[in-house]
Amino acid sequence: MRPLTLRRLLLQCLILVLILFVVVVVALKFGAVPVSLYALGRDLLHLLLGQSSQISTDYGLIIVNIRLPRILLAIIVGASLSVAGTSFQALLRNPLADPYVLGVSSGASVGAILALIATPFLSLSPALSALLTPLGAFLGAAATIAAVYFLGRRDGQIDSTTLLLGGVITGSFLSAIITFLMGTVTGNTRGMVFWMMGNLSTSFQKSVYWFLGIGFLVAAGAIYTTASDLNLLLAGEKEAMHLGVDVPRVRLVVYIAASFLTGLAVSVSGSIGYVGLIVPHVMRLIFGSDHRTLLPTTALGGAIAVVFADTLARTVVAPNELAVGAVTAVVGAPLFIYLLRRRLA
Amino acid sequence: MSALSAHARHLAEAGRLANEIRLSVEQVSYAHSANPAQAPLFTLEATSFQARPGEIVAILGPNASGKSTLLKLISGALAPLSGRVLLNGFVTHSLTPRTRAQRIAVVQQESALLFPARAWEFVLQGRHAHGRSLRFESEDDVLIAKNALAQVGAAELGDRWMDQISGGEKQRVILARALAQQPLLLLLDEPTLHLDIAAQIGLLDALRRLAAENRYTVVVVTHELNLAAEYADQVVLMQRGRCLRVGPPSAIYQRELLEQVFQTPLTVDFGSNGRPRVTVLSGT
Repeated sequence: MRPLTLRRLLLQCLILVLILFVVVVVALKFGAVPVSLYALGRDLLHLLLGQSSQISTDYGLIIVNIRLPRILLAIIVGASLSVAGTSFQALLRNPLADPYVLGVSSGASVGAILALIATPFLSLSPALSALLTPLGAFLGAAATIAAVYFLGRRDGQIDSTTLLLGGVITGSFLSAIITFLMGTVTGNTRGMVFWMMGNLSTSFQKSVYWFLGIGFLVAAGAIYTTASDLNLLLAGEKEAMHLGVDVPRVRLVVYIAASFLTGLAVSVSGSIGYVGLIVPHVMRLIFGSDHRTLLPTTALGGAIAVVFADTLARTVVAPNELAVGAVTAVVGAPLFIYLLRRRLA
Repeated sequence: MSALSAHARHLAEAGRLANEIRLSVEQVSYAHSANPAQAPLFTLEATSFQARPGEIVAILGPNASGKSTLLKLISGALAPLSGRVLLNGFVTHSLTPRTRAQRIAVVQQESALLFPARAWEFVLQGRHAHGRSLRFESEDDVLIAKNALAQVGAAELGDRWMDQISGGEKQRVILARALAQQPLLLLLDEPTLHLDIAAQIGLLDALRRLAAENRYTVVVVTHELNLAAEYADQVVLMQRGRCLRVGPPSAIYQRELLEQVFQTPLTVDFGSNGRPRVTVLSGT
């Protein structure tokens, strides 16, 4: 017997933090404009010491104003999508659940687009207007997952196949709505590909990054308080109840927080698919399926995966760019098929 | 060692209450319908019985007689239409899931696992209700889980994967998880289903020993008439949502009564230990 200890958990997280650091350095160095490691180190040091004025070279500006915000966004989006995927998998008792596969990302996109359309008609302060998009995305995600949940129910039980089919069809329906909205509304700054395939190139005001970071920590923290309940929930709701889990409360907390995380990610980066599927699976293979380990390692793993995928998207066909969702789908879709086949076998 | 001393207190209290009623099912009834406008699809008429610490109660009856419903009502998972179930004076349905899990352990027929787990991880789940929601298992928890595995004779299974052990072994591990909850009341729904005869006897012997040693009150739903006769102190005989009789096996096992309830010709004789034995007569 080797029960989980805090020490082991922190050690596992530390390893992933180090890997994340390496990936971030690589992501800072590579791009359309190559930067030497020396210049990179010097500029980062200036940044850390709060001497931003010392950074004057074009390279430094590229790193600080373009690449760093983008990497920060990738970290938060990757962590959010992965934690949301892990949560949906536990909530729906389906290892193939993922915000993108279940259509939840599309639902969040519809919500975000509707919020963007509505914003000019509402006389709100700029701060409130900025919050409207993530709010719309959250509501879109929450409504979609509720719809998919009820579609997937048969005789009071969630049927795995029906759930996945319901999710895929819902996603396709919502994509059609997105197309329709994009066609009717003019003057949209973000194109179809942004919402369908994801993109991390938008840069935001500083306050947006704070909002994303704090939003992630609050929602992921709320999910983490239910980590050991989720372990039991995997054995079924009845059994979890008999072991002392307050099932309705846990379901509500995880449902709201995971929808919020999906909305958060989609409102700033569109639909980046399969991250919530790939990352939890890899982490389960490495660290086991205990959610007390899985949730933090998944968050870090998701950050690593999306920063890495985005670096590929930026560099493979430089100076052009691929959609980051295309990179994740190239890896994720075959994995999904493999997992599906293995389950049916 | 706080959890162990708590358990010692718990046992002392159980000792004090040894001759008192622990479980009291009082005029419990239930009705279920898919649609409130329609007549109920399923009913359980007022049922009453009582059980003391260390006693094994078997609920017997043909399919759809309301056995499992009665067990759910006792566990507090279902709210009765009328009447109440008291465990040491508390209404089981009104307890929070956490408190309920500290006092009542339920062993269901099958336990599905979505991701692989080792037997010891599975048994440690029984400690969930005894800790805060976000914490790491203490040494006490590990000790209690190890003890629970040893008590069902499955100490060597600890490091095995749950999906790689036999049905009988799995059923022991599930029982060990229930023991790790340190309950007052142990509820089992057809625990011997899918087990070969040796595994059935092994499980029930373990159950009888545990009920005597740890003063658990055990309620078990079963189809096995002869095993119930052998191991139960009390039998609750059910038919079509009605509780027909409650009493010791020797009083319940009457040929005419069992033939009428189970719709099968049979004979009843008594073994050397005074326990009744049923032989089903086929082809007549």
